[in-house]
Amino acid sequence: MKRKNYAYPYLFWMTIFAVLPLFLVLLYSLTFKNGLKSGITFSNFVRFFEPIYLEVLLRSINLALISTIICLLLGYPIAYIISKANIKHRNTLILLFLIPMWMNFLLRTYAWMTLLEKNGILNKFLTSIGLGPLNIMYTNSAVVLGMVYNFLPFMVLPIYTVLIKIDRSLIEAANDLGANKIITFIKVTLPLSLPGVISGITMVFMPSVTTFAISRLLGGGQFTLIGNLIEQQFINVGDWNFGSAISIVMMVIILISMGIMNRFDKDKEGVNLW
Amino acid sequence: MKKINKFLAVFLMVLIMLPFTSCSKEEKVTLNVYNWGDYIDESVISEFENKYGIKVNYETFATNEDMYVKIKSGGTAYDVAIPSDYMISKMIKENMLQKIDFSNVPNYKYIDEKFKGLEFDPNNEYSVPYMWGVVGIVYNKKMVSDPVDSWNILWNEKYKKQILMLDSQRESIGVALQKLGYSLNTTDKDKLEQAKQELIKQKPLVLAYVGDEIKDKMISGEAALAVAWAGDAVFMKQQNPDLEFAVPKEGSNLFVDCMVIPKTSKHKKEAEMFINFMFETEIAKKNTEYIGYSTPHKEAYKLLDEETKYDKTAYPDEEVLKRCEVYKDLSDMLKEYDKIWTEVKAAH
Repeated sequence: MKRKNYAYPYLFWMTIFAVLPLFLVLLYSLTFKNGLKSGITFSNFVRFFEPIYLEVLLRSINLALISTIICLLLGYPIAYIISKANIKHRNTLILLFLIPMWMNFLLRTYAWMTLLEKNGILNKFLTSIGLGPLNIMYTNSAVVLGMVYNFLPFMVLPIYTVLIKIDRSLIEAANDLGANKIITFIKVTLPLSLPGVISGITMVFMPSVTTFAISRLLGGGQFTLIGNLIEQQFINVGDWNFGSAISIVMMVIILISMGIMNRFDKDKEGVNLW
Repeated sequence: MKKINKFLAVFLMVLIMLPFTSCSKEEKVTLNVYNWGDYIDESVISEFENKYGIKVNYETFATNEDMYVKIKSGGTAYDVAIPSDYMISKMIKENMLQKIDFSNVPNYKYIDEKFKGLEFDPNNEYSVPYMWGVVGIVYNKKMVSDPVDSWNILWNEKYKKQILMLDSQRESIGVALQKLGYSLNTTDKDKLEQAKQELIKQKPLVLAYVGDEIKDKMISGEAALAVAWAGDAVFMKQQNPDLEFAVPKEGSNLFVDCMVIPKTSKHKKEAEMFINFMFETEIAKKNTEYIGYSTPHKEAYKLLDEETKYDKTAYPDEEVLKRCEVYKDLSDMLKEYDKIWTEVKAAH
């Protein structure tokens, strides 16, 4: 009985800050307001399925996938190497990895702007060694770079956590039974670390697919992603109904993709998000 | 027992929330001022605070539309805002502004007659002109070899990925409309469709759609051409002598940004004090020198140094001003502009 009562403040909190806003978003997405007229409509959703917006959706998913894959390719080896280091170094390495995250991510993204500019540090360096100035700023690559840079720790940390928890005796057993290093990795370490990989993928994919700050700062407002589209509807245009409809579509997509990811994670051992 | 626990929980919750809701009446008045980014000499604000003992909470926005949405949604009770002409008429129509008591703003007498009784506020009831200027093209003389006298240059393949556009729908759609020879205030759907196509056609040439960053980018030579407000151009030219400003022959936009008091304001008196203070001659002069935009304040203008006074960028000739149009409120057609801009930005 008592324990139930402790839950009231939490319930209160969740109702006001999670359930109610979600309900409002849904309400906005299903209504329209045109001058004095207002009513229920599906037109906001229908509008989203016009080719021009679908293209934005595809572009967002595409860029987010590319970033997630790059993060995985970079993140797994990093996590593996750190997990193999001895305990003293391990903690220092992880700390070094985390320190940049103590800074606001907008600040770090602004820093990239000055690095990537035509007359920026990177291009000055490239020019001085004769590789000529590259046009990186305000391109797709700049946006992907920004995402990978900002979200890489979200890939490394869950994989690292799973890797250090793997029972060493399993690896020793594999070695005793004659498996070489590569076979041991493929047959033992990799399957055991999959839950971490799956958490990592979800944790990178979700913020990448919804980001609007990175694409605006590094993409110069020409790579409209789904996040930018939503932001634009709320901040500039004031069409909250359409903006809410896009948000709902987005939520459904994320929900589905998380459901799919969870299927792979049969043992539910990973650092789950939900 | 259960009931008491429930009661306790609620009581605790109320206790916790009390400090957030308490309204202390004796506290100093805080004025919420909402202005464009980089559009005031902030030392002027502290002067006002020290003189009147009123605290100013200063916030900024990037476009008229941002400001409108924020005031309309009613989150913060803004006391003074500085929208442009067309947005003022929209806000008047929607009953969002309070009439200013001009007996509390005696400095209104300094405002040039040219800027009184304009279409957006024909009876001078709601607004006090703060700054004005024209829209034009800022270009880097070292990077642009062609004469810059037409909007067409922003569609020139030669300058691919060297063009900056404003991330603001009225400005960008306006540029396309004037390139086509139409009015900035076009409400004809076909003409707007053509403007949309122009902007989509231009997109591959555009380096970025940005706001205040235009200044940094042009000064550091990141781009060759940019659509900009004259006042910003004055500043950019000071920082980088290679830059020049031109108002295209097709015409352009003349804007007047004014101080207004939104309906949400709870401190109208203090808001009027603030407005009046901003038009003290010395303050207006200091502010104008800092911002670089053109002042409608007659006395402050006279005090400016010769170079600024005769700067054709900030104070263009009558002949140039004649080509320029003031934005009108488009009412329902604005939805069409919203849609076009969303589609231009979403296009690839």
